[in-house]
Amino acid sequence: MAMGFEWPWQYRFPPFFTLQPNVDTRQKQLAAWCSLVLSFCRLHKQSCMTVMEAQESPLFNNVKLQRKLPVESIQIVLEELRKKGNLEWLDKSKSSFLIMWRRPEEWGKLIYQWVSKSGQNNSVFTLYELTNGEDTEDEEFHGLDEATLLRALQALQQEHKAEIITTGSDGRGVKFF
Amino acid sequence: MAIPLSQIVFIEEQAAGIGKSAKIVVHLHPAPPNREPGPFQSSKNSYIKLSFKEHGQIEFSRRLSEEMTQRRWENKPVSQSVQANKGSQPGRIRAVGIVGIERKLEEKRKETDKNISEAFEDLSKLMIKAKEMVELSKSIANKIKDKQGDITEDETIQFKSYLLSMGIANPVTRETYGSGTQYHMQLAKQLVGILQVPLEEHGGIMSLTEVYCLVNRARGMELLSPEDLVNACKMLDALKLPLRLRVFDSGVMVIELQSHKEEEMVASALETVTEKGSLTSEEFAKLVGMSVLLAKERLLLAEKMGHLCRDDSVEGLRFYPNLFMTQG
Repeated sequence: MAMGFEWPWQYRFPPFFTLQPNVDTRQKQLAAWCSLVLSFCRLHKQSCMTVMEAQESPLFNNVKLQRKLPVESIQIVLEELRKKGNLEWLDKSKSSFLIMWRRPEEWGKLIYQWVSKSGQNNSVFTLYELTNGEDTEDEEFHGLDEATLLRALQALQQEHKAEIITTGSDGRGVKFF
Repeated sequence: MAIPLSQIVFIEEQAAGIGKSAKIVVHLHPAPPNREPGPFQSSKNSYIKLSFKEHGQIEFSRRLSEEMTQRRWENKPVSQSVQANKGSQPGRIRAVGIVGIERKLEEKRKETDKNISEAFEDLSKLMIKAKEMVELSKSIANKIKDKQGDITEDETIQFKSYLLSMGIANPVTRETYGSGTQYHMQLAKQLVGILQVPLEEHGGIMSLTEVYCLVNRARGMELLSPEDLVNACKMLDALKLPLRLRVFDSGVMVIELQSHKEEEMVASALETVTEKGSLTSEEFAKLVGMSVLLAKERLLLAEKMGHLCRDDSVEGLRFYPNLFMTQG
């Protein structure tokens, strides 16, 4: 368990692990689950996961309380996250997924802000530079996983603020406008 | 002034309305060329209307229909009918075709009618017998009560069991109260008398199965069928009686005193659950002194109202105060 991760009060509340039939109650429950999943993945720097891993992870399985969220309910939580833009299925059979504690558009905005602020519009960067370069050490997106970064840049590309290019044999880069 | 009945194709009744009298519309065949002269040479209409200013429409219509069915004007020797076909006899044109079909239909209808009546003859005979039997069993039952006649204890019990096995709705009782609904209305009023006190003793609410047992035990003899009980209970509210039938989402049916407010009981249920942290239906039932069935319904209602939430695991179904809403 990563240091400093504080479980929310719901995690110790047995009904949290039963999908509530009352619609209003369920809404609150699912919101709490989404929040928990995102903060858990953020702290553990986990961006990709399979559903099987999730089932056994302490995230959905509170051993001490002897409660685990059933897989059908996990699917519902994941669907909520997908609808909010924080999750993307990586395969058709919905067995593994990408979890982004910030939505790609939000990351794109942060990156673009940094690019503009440091006056580097019209420059080209490799993906590695963006996430691991010295210049970005203080930035939130420093250390961001490639999958999420790519999606962030794609969002910017849609807004015509960036263009993803191939550099060299298999490298990728991005040009900002 | 006369029109031969053979000229009639069919008749229609028109009921009286505001400002107009009852009428019979008589549709006619085209006039035969050899008809006797009348008030008019010809008419553009193929029907006449008979207006009944005061009354008589129904009776007249009935008699006319009878005549139309019997067709007595055709009860003549065959030879004459054949001649009529050739159109030589005045006023005796007989059309086959539609009229023939109508006649066949009418005959068929009469036949069916007769068959049905015969079939039901047996049933009405049975009803009469049943009535006699019920009277008989009643008189014997009374004799048992008064201890007249040499009947032993065992025979009494045996006889009573016979009555029970066949003695659902006494046909006489139903007849006395007319249609089923009238019967149920009377029954509903009776139920109030039987159930008022037990309900008060049970905290104002009882399941319908409990009521069924209680009522039939009280009646002793003319037992109610479940259907009759339910139908009577459905009328409680409409008749503004002090009891009402309530159906929960789960389908469970209960009888409540009108003064009973289940929603208010929910508030006290919440207190109880909060005090104990969490409760199952059985635990709650025991604490409050209710049947488990009704205890569960109360907890489910509390959940529906958002006061409680559930924990469903291998350990069973427990209810907790709904912290999702209160702690947000």
